[in-house]
Amino acid sequence: MSESKQEWPLWEVFIRSRQGLGHKHAGSLHAADAQMAMQNARDVYTRRQEGVSIWVVPAEAITASSPDDKDVLFDPANDKVYRHPTFYKLPDEVNNM
Amino acid sequence: MTDAQHFAAVLRLGDDALVLGQRLSAWCGHGPILEEDIALSNIALDLIGQARNLFTLASKLENQGRDEDALAYFRSDLEFQNHLLVEQPNGHFGDTVVRQMFFSAFALDRYTFLARQTANADVAGIAAKAVKELHYHWEHAAQWVIRLGDGTPESHQKVQDSVDHLWAYTGELFMPDDVDTACAEAGLMPDLHELQGTWRDKVVACLERATLRVPEEGWSHRGGKQGVHSEHLSYMLAEMQVLPRTYPDATW
Repeated sequence: MSESKQEWPLWEVFIRSRQGLGHKHAGSLHAADAQMAMQNARDVYTRRQEGVSIWVVPAEAITASSPDDKDVLFDPANDKVYRHPTFYKLPDEVNNM
Repeated sequence: MTDAQHFAAVLRLGDDALVLGQRLSAWCGHGPILEEDIALSNIALDLIGQARNLFTLASKLENQGRDEDALAYFRSDLEFQNHLLVEQPNGHFGDTVVRQMFFSAFALDRYTFLARQTANADVAGIAAKAVKELHYHWEHAAQWVIRLGDGTPESHQKVQDSVDHLWAYTGELFMPDDVDTACAEAGLMPDLHELQGTWRDKVVACLERATLRVPEEGWSHRGGKQGVHSEHLSYMLAEMQVLPRTYPDATW
């Protein structure tokens, strides 16, 4: 296991919880293929009834924003409070917001 | 079917689960990777949980005041009635997954019968929960056999050796004795000859996908169900039982 090419690829695991509507990032793991990643995710991340659905994604398939671009990407939104829906009264019938 | 045979049939189910669960728990902290370490520990805990339910039921059937702990910790190897397959040493990882694949294929079919058809409602209840666990055990072990068999020349050879060695312990799974025959006639347990066909189909399909050679049928080890075990079981039980036997009133 000394050479890096013999190491299994990294997978990111997303779990949808019993109450949750969306999958949330739970962590990562190593696995040789998608099926093994799914089994490992089940064993590592759902042993205490955390989830009802699992996604596994090869970590290399994820394109992440660079920390260096943080100012450019996110600062312009800081002074645009009118984009927040805080000026509306939500009817009681609307759930899950 | 006598009461003693009814008790023996439930006890045997528990013994298989406990012995294999104890074997697998020895992998905790020694798995080839963290994820597999957790997987094997999960499977071990599933099996020990099944054993606890079955021993509690066996205790009720026996009605002699021996509780689950007494059945697990205060019987010698001569009184254990598990199959020889499950007491075989862990060996290397390939040995462990082949043993698991052989046993899980058998256990899954056996518990599927119990969940649907057995005459004892308590057994059916335990089996209904266990079937889901056993299905996963089978999938997990079969996938590993396929990966190792269809892997590198070294992994292929090692796991072929495991298959060739452990094959001689699979015949016992389908050799009925008086208890098996009486309990099958009473509708408590499945007919072992019927299970053998589906077991063989599943296992052969797995071995073929793994590009492994299916061993020829031949002589088979036997005796576990009658308490005649390989030398490995008493060492395992000694380690498992030492604490409650030394301090019978210990609690944890």
